[in-house]
Amino acid sequence: MNLWLDRVTKSFDGQAVLNEVSLRLDQTHTLVLIGPSGGGKTTLLRIIAGLEHPDTGEVVINDEALIFEEESLLKHRRSVGTVFQAFNLFPHLTALQNVTLPLEKVHGYSPTEAGEIARQLLARFRLEGHTSKQPAELSGGQRQRVAIARAVAIKPKLLLFDEPTSALDPEMTAEVLDVIQELRAEGRDLVLVTHEMGFARQAADQIAVLVEGRIVEFGPGAQVLENPQSERCREFLARVLKY
Amino acid sequence: MPPPWPLRLVNLGAAFFLIVLLFYFSFHQLNYHWNWASIYEYRAKFVQGWITTILISASSLGLSTGIGLFFALAQRSRWLALRYFSKIYIEIVRGTPLLVQILIFFYVVADAFHVENRYLVGILTLACFSGAYISEIIRAGIESVGKSQLESAKAIGLTRAQTYRFVIFPQALRQTLPPLAGQFVSLIKDSSLLSIISISEFTLNAREVNSSTFSTLESYIPLAIGYLLLTLPISMWTRHLEKRHRFNT
Repeated sequence: MNLWLDRVTKSFDGQAVLNEVSLRLDQTHTLVLIGPSGGGKTTLLRIIAGLEHPDTGEVVINDEALIFEEESLLKHRRSVGTVFQAFNLFPHLTALQNVTLPLEKVHGYSPTEAGEIARQLLARFRLEGHTSKQPAELSGGQRQRVAIARAVAIKPKLLLFDEPTSALDPEMTAEVLDVIQELRAEGRDLVLVTHEMGFARQAADQIAVLVEGRIVEFGPGAQVLENPQSERCREFLARVLKY
Repeated sequence: MPPPWPLRLVNLGAAFFLIVLLFYFSFHQLNYHWNWASIYEYRAKFVQGWITTILISASSLGLSTGIGLFFALAQRSRWLALRYFSKIYIEIVRGTPLLVQILIFFYVVADAFHVENRYLVGILTLACFSGAYISEIIRAGIESVGKSQLESAKAIGLTRAQTYRFVIFPQALRQTLPPLAGQFVSLIKDSSLLSIISISEFTLNAREVNSSTFSTLESYIPLAIGYLLLTLPISMWTRHLEKRHRFNT
């Protein structure tokens, strides 16, 4: 993917969350956003997902500028897959229906085609025995894999993950990270907000570190984590890598 | 786990027996001389009134659901005037007696708009009355659906209408069914107030039978049973629906 951010600014109630964030990625598969809580990672991801309007600034994805008005944002949201921290599956639908709903109602697949695609994906994510269960009957890791299947099913140009493992225990975290690693290996384009430093190191082509609404460090994964240039980033890494 | 059916049957029988006993004792103490024969002659009048009540209730039930849905959505509308209009309508209707509403509707509003058919006026009044309550029930149901659900719907690219259709309504339905059933039951009973504009529904007919025969209890006990026959199935049906739409959160 090519992802350009040009002086993206966003504030909530006068509180600046993103402060002129600029970034240029060319031909990169995986961008990982890290940083302390409240640093603006999630807001940035939500802007890229088309769920939030920036106050000023420009976002260009694969040479196409996002137009921040409802109609084109709707189109944009239909072309990306977003996975949230809290799963956000629909509790009244089964795992299978959760995946087929956007396929049928948004992307115009027939019920048979949609069912076929969903079943294949769920099987691939080792959920074949759980297709007719409702989210409440699934474990956290299973739910998150269903959510990933829902996001992947529509063949998005970009997959966005907002702290997909923060609500999971280590074992389930591993299940979910395995799936994300698989998608990465396929060469899909991902933007990932995470607190898992080990995973960030493994998966990231590029890492951006956001502190207080600014990108304080940006570069190839290994370089950012092992040889950070900025004081802010060193402080942050020292804190999270302490234990 | 529900208890096994023989146990349920025995307990149901015991509860029923207790209630029958209570009523039997009360009536026995009264030393009342029953005169069912005189009532039996008026059976056609009861049946006719009962059917009228069914027709009026069913019509206003359907209509009030539509009205309720409209005002529930209007309260979430982007137009402020529409939101205020719904709020005012709901507060006025819920805050004033149905009796007054029926009289004003019939003698003032219907007269101004040249609606002559009193049955139509009755149905409309009842629908407006019940619609205000139903609108609040539906609004509460819609608001019970979490923010994260709306976010999810947005993220997968559903339009506003699709979000209501596939995400909000199915989830709100379960929250809505029990109070909605209660409201429908009330609506059926409230239809008895239409007797004041001489709509010959169940209650008015029973009253007329009473004044012709002077057999008060014999006139009104069938009335109670007739209403129960309508309201009980509604309760049972919604309980069944509730089970069908159950999901865990």
